[in-house]
Amino acid sequence: MPILVNLALGLLFGVGLVVSGMSNPAKVLNFLDLFGSFDPSLAFVMGGAVIVAFIGFRLARMRAKPVLAAAFQLPTRRDIDARLIVGPALFGIGWGLGGFCPGPALTALGLGAAGTLVFVPAMLAGMWAARMLAERT
Amino acid sequence: MTEFTPIASLVGGMLIGLSAALLVLLEGRIAGISGIAGRLLPPWRDSLFAQRLAFVAGLVAAPFLVGAATGTPVTQTVSADLALMAVAGLLVGFGSVWGGGCTSGHGVCGLARLSPRSVVATLVFMGTGFLTVFVMRHVIGG
Repeated sequence: MPILVNLALGLLFGVGLVVSGMSNPAKVLNFLDLFGSFDPSLAFVMGGAVIVAFIGFRLARMRAKPVLAAAFQLPTRRDIDARLIVGPALFGIGWGLGGFCPGPALTALGLGAAGTLVFVPAMLAGMWAARMLAERT
Repeated sequence: MTEFTPIASLVGGMLIGLSAALLVLLEGRIAGISGIAGRLLPPWRDSLFAQRLAFVAGLVAAPFLVGAATGTPVTQTVSADLALMAVAGLLVGFGSVWGGGCTSGHGVCGLARLSPRSVVATLVFMGTGFLTVFVMRHVIGG
């Protein structure tokens, strides 16, 4: 049951990425190109996603536990540390270079573009390296 | 140039938000793709491997569902500069896990939870994203 729920929610998330244009790096890069071929579409993706997710988190806060699991697993940290600056800074540079963030990259995998087939293994290697480094420090 | 698609982007964004909302309501978890994908890699720390793999499988299947439903294959434009894409992938993977989230975990779920950490992270990656494209397209001229 949890497997099917996750499969369905991954599918829903991915359909959202495709419908919104987020899975097309050209569209992402044009959104980031404020002083060139600026395409504001992705602001609408973010806006729509945050508004609906906001309602979801509000509803979740009214419950003692999730519908299908024993407890909520939500982040509790509130501190701003160096990692919270360095990580997103590097992520943003990579996002600006390739036009992919993790969700759209995985969604684009099956479309088989050469750039995607290079990007995704490199991304997984980077994720693994960050986890290993985090374990040591 | 890409076409301005406010309606499709808004609707697509709402589907993404709906997925995140349902994941927290049903399973109590954050729909952060870097967290989900990063934890599929060793070392494995918990028992949610199958759930995370199923979520990623759904992501990968999505363009084919959209293609079948609309009768038009999903198209996209990905850079053919493979060295650039390798560097981009490394930075995206490392940075998103090091910073505890990406566009979905910090940008969608974090902002929706009004998390101060996610607000900072989102401002930083949006900022370096804008800066990187500015340098690549208008300074270097690539």
